[in-house]
Amino acid sequence: MQGLHMVGIRHAYGATKVLNDISLTVPAGELVCLLGPSGCGKTTLLRIAAGLEQLQAGSVTIDEELMAEGVVQLPPEERRIGYMFQDYALFPHLSVLDNVIFGLFRQDRQMARARAMEMLEQVSMVQHAEKHPHMLSGGQQQRVALARALAPEPRLVLLDEPFSDLDTNMRARVRQQTLSVLKQNNVATLMVTHDPKEAMFMADRIKVLGDQGRILQSGRPADIYYKPADEYVARLFGPMNMIDGVVEQGGVKSSFGTMALEDATVKEGTAVRVLIRPEGMILSNGSGDGGVPVDILSAHLLGDSSIVRFKVQNGVNSGTEFHVRMSGAFDPTELGQIWARVDPRHAFQYPQNQ
Amino acid sequence: MNAPRARRRGWRRLDGWTVSTIVIAALATVPIFAVVYLALTPSENIWPHLVSTVLGGYITTTLILMAGVGLGTLLIGVGTAWLVTMCRFPGRRLFEWGMLLPMAMPAYIIAYVYTDILEFAGPVQAMLREMFGWSGKRDYWFPEIRSLGGAIAMMTLVLYPYVYLLARASFLEQSVGVFEASRSLGRGPWRSFFTVALPLARPGIVIGLSLVLMETLNDFGTVDFFAVNTFSLGIFDVWMNMNNVSGAAQLASVMLLFVAFLIFSERYARRKQRFHNTSSKFQALPGFQLVGGRGLAATFFCLAPVMLGFVLPTLVLLRYAQQHYDPELSGEILGHAVNSVKLSVLAGTIAVLVAIIMAYSARIKGGRILLLANRIAAMGYAVPGAVLAVGVMIVLGNLDNGIDGIARENFGFSTGLIFSGTIAAVTFGYLVRFLALSLGTVEASLGKVTPSMDGASRSLGRGAFATMRFVHLPLIKGGVLTAVMLVFVDCMKELPMTVILQPFNFQTLATFVHQYASDEQLGDAALAALSIVGAGVVPVILLSLTIAKSRPGSMSGQKEGV
Repeated sequence: MQGLHMVGIRHAYGATKVLNDISLTVPAGELVCLLGPSGCGKTTLLRIAAGLEQLQAGSVTIDEELMAEGVVQLPPEERRIGYMFQDYALFPHLSVLDNVIFGLFRQDRQMARARAMEMLEQVSMVQHAEKHPHMLSGGQQQRVALARALAPEPRLVLLDEPFSDLDTNMRARVRQQTLSVLKQNNVATLMVTHDPKEAMFMADRIKVLGDQGRILQSGRPADIYYKPADEYVARLFGPMNMIDGVVEQGGVKSSFGTMALEDATVKEGTAVRVLIRPEGMILSNGSGDGGVPVDILSAHLLGDSSIVRFKVQNGVNSGTEFHVRMSGAFDPTELGQIWARVDPRHAFQYPQNQ
Repeated sequence: MNAPRARRRGWRRLDGWTVSTIVIAALATVPIFAVVYLALTPSENIWPHLVSTVLGGYITTTLILMAGVGLGTLLIGVGTAWLVTMCRFPGRRLFEWGMLLPMAMPAYIIAYVYTDILEFAGPVQAMLREMFGWSGKRDYWFPEIRSLGGAIAMMTLVLYPYVYLLARASFLEQSVGVFEASRSLGRGPWRSFFTVALPLARPGIVIGLSLVLMETLNDFGTVDFFAVNTFSLGIFDVWMNMNNVSGAAQLASVMLLFVAFLIFSERYARRKQRFHNTSSKFQALPGFQLVGGRGLAATFFCLAPVMLGFVLPTLVLLRYAQQHYDPELSGEILGHAVNSVKLSVLAGTIAVLVAIIMAYSARIKGGRILLLANRIAAMGYAVPGAVLAVGVMIVLGNLDNGIDGIARENFGFSTGLIFSGTIAAVTFGYLVRFLALSLGTVEASLGKVTPSMDGASRSLGRGAFATMRFVHLPLIKGGVLTAVMLVFVDCMKELPMTVILQPFNFQTLATFVHQYASDEQLGDAALAALSIVGAGVVPVILLSLTIAKSRPGSMSGQKEGV
């Protein structure tokens, strides 16, 4: 099968284990994101795929050709890959054009130049071809780095936090363009990021890497968001509301009433922790749909949405503070008694003591 | 997947980079080991004789010399560094870099100059006699310049800039902020200096002092001219006059103990320095205004060493060169200058090529062995020229004898001496001694290139060598040129190794000046001496520029594109 295969990768720096039995596949034309906090070994995995780091255990294959396993350790220059560094690593002594030509040394100068211009065209940097890297903005440097990595038609592209050095406004634009250039070149891409939104936007599939260097979950972006495998993955996307429930008569009973039990094998009486996204609690001024009465603590308008803090009046979690995001403005003073209910699509059940 | 490749990778620990680095490190240490080996297995053991006669004297004299130069350079170096960083007084900005000028002056050259003007027949004493109507030696007392005290004075005057440089850097980087904190807590400036600023700057000062003492041990020209019996002179005496190689090696080995102690103090201080770095950003300097008499005193305190260590001797040499100008002699000097330049360019170029290989190997291969090899190869800078020269002679002599023996046995003729007494021998000596300079400079500039540059080039399909050629070399061009220049200048000034190792009928500017000055014909050698000083000024200018750039408030973080 075409693309990148990494099997059983383990890695340690001295006594510190950073990767623990990682296996992953990036098929040709697909973009896979490694999502995880900084220091979880994501970049190490990328460097192992590139051959910039010695493989300690496991194997790396690209397009069915063995790159590294045991004593076989192909150096990066023999792997036909493209690597984009977090700091872009443009060669400061070369012009933009010469940077892109750098990897095309096997072709004759004329063809290399044509190919480089074609790539600069794709990233809309042709008019800057003669400039030197230090004359470019961060976003422009990023695009040159992308063009340079793609110019030699690599079998695999590795992106290390490609947008982290850009400011927020530019990030969205560059992200969109990078994605379309990658898709246009139909190349297998492995990208590393700590930003869940970025992963959601870019990836065909996401692999969540945890603190111990293990893959906690892999799947399509929607799977990761709507079916987080554990609390850790659920919390990646920001702070969650937490309520304590218990399995009773095939449902989960809590301060917010009873909701359907997701996993029917969980025994009666088991404690269940329920995590709810801020948009997964719905406030209204009617008691219908099984809501519970709450006291509003504060409401802040953020622009397109509001953040509201509240407490429930009765039940196990009556002391707990909850926060909810609602679209538009929310003014509790005009509404009288407020009721809250849980949107099951945004609530995740994690049975305890199993 | 394919077997040949797998086998090749299996041998990756012994690739060309690693092998060359280890071979270079071995070559660079062979002379030192040869000295120790010969000292332990002497053919004709004069050790008991040395111990009972001269050894005690050498040790005492060397220790007094080191103590004197150490104290002198500490006083001048730390004092001026403190004034220049913390106070405002007339001329401060000039002194910031001007204090470095005496670095350009080899100790032996000011020794010749001061002897010339301070001896009985010299202009100073003549003027005093004239003024006071003294007629002869008995009428007055005048310090004898050709003495241990004189040697201490000469070396202090040209070596204090090492302490100045490192103390100034420490004060700038470490002490300013905490010094102000100490004063705000109610301690006076003097107490704050001794209880806060000085202890923080101590590691830097110790490094500077170690370098000063290494140079003191290395000196041959001054002690030879002043007939001060230090180890360097002793080695020469036993070697040249007593014709006893093993004895020279034994003395050299004792000297190596001194060296080991200095290397240890320097390394130890450098380790400490890392912990002491409190802040890397430059802070605004406090700038105590020294007014009136105190300002003038500060100006004088800084001015005196620069005048005595550089300006005055240079002026005297200029005057002599003008008075003694002789076209015929100038032609001869030009010949020596060409020799000096050839040798120094050769050594500088090889030293830098070797340094690039070593630094780059360590960068791409890493690992404890290569780092250790680089540190070992750089040890020569601490070993006195006389010791290294003895080592080089032993090694090349044995090599020549070995080749000669093989040729005689197998081919029936004698090859004679191939390496001994050739330019190759001198160059080898220079390389061993100055490799640290080029290696340090190249390592520093290579360190400024981010590792992702390597990764980018390698992932774009370029191998290790092509990456070095097309990425690193263009980026470290400046550092490489600096390294060539530093080694070049030190070779131009080098005396003890050149004297021992130079081929018959071959002279450099340094040995020429040494020979003429020893014959009390300094006037004729002034032009040659000035040329050496002129070469020495170049790195001082470069250092001054660095200092100007690092001055607080200037654009210190000028990105050099990496």
